Amino acid sequence: MQLKILVLTLLLCLVTPAFAVIEVFTFDDPVKEQRYRKLSEELRCLVCQNQNLADSNADLAKDLRNQVYNMIEAGKNDAEIIDYMVSRYGEFVLYRPPLQTNTVLLWAGPFVLLLGGLAGLAVFVRRRKATTRERMSPEEQARLRRMLEEQGGEPRS
Amino acid sequence: MSEEKKASMARYLIPLFIFVILVGFFAVGLNRDPRLVPSPLVNKPAPAFSTASLEQPDRVLDPQLFRQHKVSLFNVWASWCVSCRQEHPFLLEVAKSGRVPIYGLNYKDERADALNWLGALGNPYTASVYDHEGKVGIDWGVYGVPETFVVDGKGIIRHKHVGPVSPQVWQDELLPLIERIENEAG
Repeated sequence: MQLKILVLTLLLCLVTPAFAVIEVFTFDDPVKEQRYRKLSEELRCLVCQNQNLADSNADLAKDLRNQVYNMIEAGKNDAEIIDYMVSRYGEFVLYRPPLQTNTVLLWAGPFVLLLGGLAGLAVFVRRRKATTRERMSPEEQARLRRMLEEQGGEPRS
Repeated sequence: MSEEKKASMARYLIPLFIFVILVGFFAVGLNRDPRLVPSPLVNKPAPAFSTASLEQPDRVLDPQLFRQHKVSLFNVWASWCVSCRQEHPFLLEVAKSGRVPIYGLNYKDERADALNWLGALGNPYTASVYDHEGKVGIDWGVYGVPETFVVDGKGIIRHKHVGPVSPQVWQDELLPLIERIENEAG
């Protein structure tokens, strides 16, 4: 039973983009409409968790969109609306987590890994150059030259 | 061991070390339930509401309810919710034992459907708030049904359980907390 519900939920999450956002809000001011669009893209739907409010067809997302609309019409600013959502659903409701002590790793991690990888690569390349250059002793180089001359080849500088 | 050997050992140990750290992160991450959203309302006063009762439309309920008891449960339910049906028999049992009063938040339901449901299956609730629009639900940070809040006598939310209340949840999660709250109240 539970599995069935899970599968069904997953499927529903998959199909939502096809018929997303049914209700249409009318704004008297295009700036408000812009804000509404931006807010519903930055707030996460808590039911279909990988979707934002704008994309989700879940009932809760509908209610929250409605709430955002009402708050904009009531003259609340973006910070107030986001605070309202965070105070009820926690920071999880934000699609972009804020940069603060407990999210530093999340934000900086990829860059730290990238820098680490580049540093590692640089060290690796430099070391390999150094070893190939050192590998032949002067006697060996002389021998190689001789062998090449015997075969009629020209040693490179 | 020569210095050279030690250095080459280190070279092999570094990736192993990074691997172990990553496994650690993944192990923690994968063992968490991503559906669980920690509620920022825990240890905060119950959000206000002033809403009609399900059974008596002219009676208005508000969080003052919770101050009548040392501790009470606030269970979000709906007649359309499948998991609510699953937890219902156990809620009836709890209600019958009289251990703790259960208040209901009838979430986005039709009054007739909700009353039929209670009539057919039994009513474990001391009273149910009729939240037809889901406004109270939003204020309480409800994102799925059922959810159960533990509220103490000062009207502070002490815990939120997401999903049906089972005997196991009751035994491991709710009952110990209820006992703790009762004891601190003295």
